[in-house]
Amino acid sequence: MWRGESPGPSWGPLLALVLVLTLGGLPRVGGFEEEPGGAHGASQGFQVVTFKWHHVQDPYIIALWILVASLAKIVFHLSHKVTSVVPESALLIVLGLVLGGIVWAADHIASFTLTPTVFFFYLLPPIVLDAGYFMPNRLFFGNLGTILLYAVVGTVWNAATTGLSLYGVFLSGLMGELQIGLLDFLLFGSLIAAVDPVAVLAVFEEVHVNEVLFIIVFGESLLNDAVTVVLYNVFESFVTLGGDKVTGVDCVKGIVSFFVVSLGGTLVGVVFAFLLSLVTRFTKHVRIIEPGFVFVISYLSYLTSEMLSLSAILAITFCGICCQKYVKANISEQSATTVRYTMKMLASGAETIIFMFLGISAVDPLIWTWNTAFVLLTLVFISVYRAIGVVLQTWILNRYRMVQLEPIDQVVMSYGGLRGAVAYALVVLLDENKVKEKNLFVSTTIIVVFFTVIFQGLTIKPLVQWLKVKRSEQREPKLNEKLHGRAFDHILSAIEDISGQIGHNYLRDKWSNFDRKFLSKVLMRRSAQKSRDRILNVFHELNLKDAISYVAEGERRGSLAFIRSPSTDNMVNVDFSTPRPSTVEASVSYLLRENVSAVCLDMQSLEQRRRSIRDTEDMVTHHTLQQYLYKPRQEYKHLYSRHELTPNENEKQDKEIFHRTMRKRLESFKSAKLGINQNKKAAKLYKRERAQKRRNSSIPNGKLPVESPVHNFTIKEKDLELSDPEEAPDYEAETRGGIEFLASVAKDTASDSPAGDTGSDTPLIGHSSPRGGSPAVSQQPPLPARLPRPHAPSPAPPENAAPVPAARSSREPGAGPTQGAGPERRALPAAHARSAAARRVHSRRSFQRPRARRRPALLKLASLQPPGPAELPPHALEQEETPL
Amino acid sequence: MGSRASTLLRDEELEEIKKETGFSHSQITCLYSRFTSLDKGENGTLSREDFQRIPELAINPLGDRIINAFFPEGEDQVNFRGFMRTLAHFRPIEDNEKSKDVNGPEPLNSRSNKLHFAFRLYDLDKDDKISRDELLQVLEKVDVEQKMSIQFLH
Repeated sequence: MWRGESPGPSWGPLLALVLVLTLGGLPRVGGFEEEPGGAHGASQGFQVVTFKWHHVQDPYIIALWILVASLAKIVFHLSHKVTSVVPESALLIVLGLVLGGIVWAADHIASFTLTPTVFFFYLLPPIVLDAGYFMPNRLFFGNLGTILLYAVVGTVWNAATTGLSLYGVFLSGLMGELQIGLLDFLLFGSLIAAVDPVAVLAVFEEVHVNEVLFIIVFGESLLNDAVTVVLYNVFESFVTLGGDKVTGVDCVKGIVSFFVVSLGGTLVGVVFAFLLSLVTRFTKHVRIIEPGFVFVISYLSYLTSEMLSLSAILAITFCGICCQKYVKANISEQSATTVRYTMKMLASGAETIIFMFLGISAVDPLIWTWNTAFVLLTLVFISVYRAIGVVLQTWILNRYRMVQLEPIDQVVMSYGGLRGAVAYALVVLLDENKVKEKNLFVSTTIIVVFFTVIFQGLTIKPLVQWLKVKRSEQREPKLNEKLHGRAFDHILSAIEDISGQIGHNYLRDKWSNFDRKFLSKVLMRRSAQKSRDRILNVFHELNLKDAISYVAEGERRGSLAFIRSPSTDNMVNVDFSTPRPSTVEASVSYLLRENVSAVCLDMQSLEQRRRSIRDTEDMVTHHTLQQYLYKPRQEYKHLYSRHELTPNENEKQDKEIFHRTMRKRLESFKSAKLGINQNKKAAKLYKRERAQKRRNSSIPNGKLPVESPVHNFTIKEKDLELSDPEEAPDYEAETRGGIEFLASVAKDTASDSPAGDTGSDTPLIGHSSPRGGSPAVSQQPPLPARLPRPHAPSPAPPENAAPVPAARSSREPGAGPTQGAGPERRALPAAHARSAAARRVHSRRSFQRPRARRRPALLKLASLQPPGPAELPPHALEQEETPL
Repeated sequence: MGSRASTLLRDEELEEIKKETGFSHSQITCLYSRFTSLDKGENGTLSREDFQRIPELAINPLGDRIINAFFPEGEDQVNFRGFMRTLAHFRPIEDNEKSKDVNGPEPLNSRSNKLHFAFRLYDLDKDDKISRDELLQVLEKVDVEQKMSIQFLH
């Protein structure tokens, strides 16, 4: 129906004709139904079918418009070429203009316009809520200072300079006769000054600038609302009062009201976010309406602050920002998906409608008052002052920022200062009786909006390309680039972590402490608290402790030989990247290898066979590592996007690592403790993992489908439940069950005292000793530590000096030095392992939440850690399973 | 904490660091407060354990190598100067080659120094050569797929 819009096809005119006819028909339908109404009154008898257009008119028209807008979007995206050049917002405005023209031609009244009520009450909130709820918090708060400066000072600067300059020009007489005073100009300046969140997002999303630049412009557009509201209200009331009566007190009041409006709006948002998080904590039995709460309460925050004449945009933004963490943790996976999709749908739809109606609203001869000087000068002033403001503020900011804003960034920021529907709605709100030249303001605002959205929106992409702003784009890199790029990404993120330059670490630490100690406890479900942060944190800490205690052990032994293990060295990420438990392939290839070295004496063929085995091994490693390989942070930093859903890779990966490792630990514990056939188990596990992977890969957000298999699994093997605490549907109860079960297992072996725990290792020896003879165990590389400290001070220079090629040899059992090291390690006094375990337990205790019920379970987990033969150091098990 | 940190850093020391590394005043104070917050022993130096306490670093496959890069041969403590010297390698290269001091030592963030630094990260045994194994070691931590392609190249 709307294909008349798509520029290419030659049958366009024909369709346009059809379009005119249909649209022309619409009002005629309206006229037509008058008659049945009259007829209805005349004939008193019962009518089988009645035609009640009036009855449904309003919602019907609204629904039709929405349908039209949505269909238009489909059509736009049919041609990728068009949308890649012209921003969607511009296309929608043009479409709106055309539709408006048609309606007007047919009807000669502009019946459909974007009214401020509709805009502020129904269209804007979903967009802003969406922005807040999906706000990349870390990035946002990391740049908060910059954003605030631009939002507050920048907006005031824009408003003041634009208004004053226009007034200056007006005084010079260039604009002719206008009934305008200084205050009117300032009022106009204040409403035209604010960068518009809707327009900015719509355009920037398609440009893909780097994330810092994006968040600065985007954040500014959201936060400047408070300033706009205050300036607008202040000047409006000044205009009402009349210029002469404004006193200094009023100005002071204006400044005070800025703080009240902005802080008050934020506070309202935070309060409602708190409420929302609290409510979602208790929705366990009414899962189906969970998503509703998110929308209703956020919307209430908007309305409340509107009611209190605070900044509504700030309120709903902060409501979204603050609640996201807790809500996402509390609601079920399905509800979270629902919330995500609904929010995106509402926001995207609202944006579409806004732009289309901006176009339609412009087709109304009544509002047009042309004043060339005024319009042109406004355009010039807003662009020029925006640029000056950006340069000045950036100059100040760059003295304090770690990451400097380059001149190119500044150009984009100046150019990206798009105005949009907020300005339009505000200008329409003006009272014609007070502001005499309202129509001039309205037409100028429309021109400004169209100019910025269409012209700047069209040109910003080529501009960015021309300036070569660091774009976040994808290009298939060359092999070498890929190779080292990855490594450098890791290096850089390590350096960032060390220098802590990602944010205000001190404050953030304080905040996360506060959050963990108080907020999360109040706002999150217990199960969520546990599974979200705490266990992961404890887990991180534990692994670090293990690594450190390990090195200490090595030093005590006076030899750091084991550290030189090239296959495992540098894996500080001790347990995180441990390959899966004794994969079948690994042991098979081991057997093959064993045979080779035992039977074959022909060195050449031996070498060849080894090579081929090594290749298969590499394949295995490849798969394993693929699973455990986690990309450096840089690569999965993702931006807010209104139209696309990006699964949170980071979280997913964390959880996955955690689950895998935990599952593996439990597995190995079980096999050691209960004597379950290791190989069968491993095969099963492997199969399951494969299946899971397949499932994950087929579904973008690989969480939902995981549920049922895991569930099955948890039923079958009770004590593994803890490894998937979140996926189990009714997990709260089940996790508890699992813990209790574990705790009861633990009872006989583990007690709260470290001594008792050390004791618990003893029974393990007996059970696991048979495994000692299995190939898997003897294959283990002799190097217990993942913590490579090649330069650690050690009294063992010979080992350190030993040539590194041990890298490969450690995999091959025939290699001399490794075998030599083997017995040495085994001879390691059990006391060391025990003391390490004891220390671990001890450290674990300090991370415990003081909930007596859970503690045994975690303690038990701790005691699982050295599950192999007791004389092995804690990490021997992971080692033995490393196919590397 | 930030204010305490900046007072602890002596002015002349700050100047020297500024000269040596090219960091700005605010950057140095910033990093100094980070340094002190990492320094759990509060003895003005960082040990490997201090670095290993950074959680993100623990899951970084190359994290340990980076940590090693901070420690000069045979030492296990690094002071603020050394810390800054290593970090200086990561400053952007200054394009405007108005090198104030032509005779002076090359700035740490020069292209060749950066390359040297990167080279040392690969060169585990410090023999000034990157062997195939050393290369593979780095890369296999980073991406196996690519390691595979290297192997096929041979």
